[in-house]
Amino acid sequence: MLGALLDWLLSFQVYLPIAELSVSVLLLLGLGGGVGFLSGLFGVGGGFLMTPLLIFIGVPPAVAVATQSNQTVATSVSGVLAHWSRDNVDFKMGFVLLSGGVFGSLVGVALFSILRRFGQIDLVINIAYVILLGSIGLMMFAESTRALRRQRRAQRGATAPRKLHQHVWVHGLPMKMRFKKSRLYISAIMPIGIGFVVGILSALLGVGGAFLIVPAMIYLVGMPTAIVVGTSLFQIIFVAAVTTVLQSIENRTVDVLLAFVLTIGSVIGAQFGGRLGARLPGEQIRFLLALLILSVAIGLCYTLVATPDDLFSLQPLVGSR
Amino acid sequence: MRARTLLMLVGLALVGPAAPAATKGIVADVDDHLVEIRTDFAGQDILVFGAIDGPGDVILVMRGPAGRVAIHQKERFAGIWVNAESIEFDDVPSLYGVASSRPLFDILPNEILDRYQLGVGRLQFETAEEEPYGIGSFRIALVQQKRKQGLYADRVGRVTFIGETLFRANLHLPSNVPTGTFLIDVYLARDGRIVDAQNMPLVISKVGFGADLYKYANSRSVGPRFGYGIAAVLVSLLTGWLAHLAFRKR
Repeated sequence: MLGALLDWLLSFQVYLPIAELSVSVLLLLGLGGGVGFLSGLFGVGGGFLMTPLLIFIGVPPAVAVATQSNQTVATSVSGVLAHWSRDNVDFKMGFVLLSGGVFGSLVGVALFSILRRFGQIDLVINIAYVILLGSIGLMMFAESTRALRRQRRAQRGATAPRKLHQHVWVHGLPMKMRFKKSRLYISAIMPIGIGFVVGILSALLGVGGAFLIVPAMIYLVGMPTAIVVGTSLFQIIFVAAVTTVLQSIENRTVDVLLAFVLTIGSVIGAQFGGRLGARLPGEQIRFLLALLILSVAIGLCYTLVATPDDLFSLQPLVGSR
Repeated sequence: MRARTLLMLVGLALVGPAAPAATKGIVADVDDHLVEIRTDFAGQDILVFGAIDGPGDVILVMRGPAGRVAIHQKERFAGIWVNAESIEFDDVPSLYGVASSRPLFDILPNEILDRYQLGVGRLQFETAEEEPYGIGSFRIALVQQKRKQGLYADRVGRVTFIGETLFRANLHLPSNVPTGTFLIDVYLARDGRIVDAQNMPLVISKVGFGADLYKYANSRSVGPRFGYGIAAVLVSLLTGWLAHLAFRKR
């Protein structure tokens, strides 16, 4: 009975005009919902999860990457509004990050076409993913376990007074700015630089880049975790929007219909994720995010090293559409 | 659909044998020469029907528009699998499917099947450049990849007879069917020879909302593509906002 109902629901197919294939609506909603839940929980766009999943169900990689940027806009908007209502967005910091981010995304798109001319762009992307996700995941894993252990010790007594954040050389740079919400008085050069680097990488890898911004802002700038999440979502809206338009013009691979169906699933999932995230302490969120990032890195590493099922792959060339 | 088919078959039966075209051994047509791909498209069967002038076998071959295709072979390099060698093939049909009244090897001898390239295993592919060494495995890989995508198949349908002279067949088009002008070849085989043949076009095209989206997204000029990108962003902004409104604390 239940199986028949599931079959009936799964039979709703949608033909994706740009991806040029027909997929079950329920499957797309489920994918969107699952990734949306995680993105709401961790405050990451979820692109680094969704893109491989889309490719896995048969969406051409170029379409998956570009459509992902489009969907990221929607997820980030609903996410940032939720964080805003809890007053967890530092708009001033967001705009500073953004000023670097948009510039970086332009450089990233240019870099992308140069790399593509040399061929093997997929390989470059894969290796970049493994290195980035691997090192960030490890860093976060180590830090958050330390923090969790410290917290447990603190609960047993002996609470040492904690500083707001560590003062390092970064804070001594010129162009000091006051960020009231984040309770920081630091040089703007660092957040602009972070935004720039993340902009390049997000255009190159087709992701929002929160998995980079969140740890960078926490560890390099010393921003409070709760505010970092909302703020990074805020700036990702703009970077993802710019990337979507550039992808539409350059590669013609944004599938609006696919993005729309994924969005419906993911915004619902993100609501639940966001609520759970608000109840979990920052150290735990960071620990779980570290685990997630590490497992994606290991999975990608495995596909690079393991003997593939099929040594051959087929690529239609121009004029065969 | 069934009533319409029956009508057409009856019509053929009445006209077929009496018409002067009796010199022709086989006449056939497609139920609909245009297959429309809408947003609810999930694959489709097309009906081919016709009549032959006496006992014999019927073979249908469906080909999608041909194009150039590259096959890449991965090799291990410093522990990592990378695309190493690649060979390009010209005039590769985007889709290839066969339907017949009996198994092909029961109908025709091998050399004739080879000559007419009947059956996925007998397709010949020309390389774009001079044939490199070890091309055989690439040819096999090309067919395997196409089979895996569901675009090459030896039995996309069965040709069934109604009486001795009338036949019909449902050919299946998968949901990832390429668009463009297809060609369906119809062969009449008798005593191990092909005695007559005919071909007919089949157009597969996107229509409706999906087709409009495709048109804007793939426009030659930058303007519509820019507009498409902006619209895509606006839709996302709106859905994100609406989702927030819907889920705001009640």
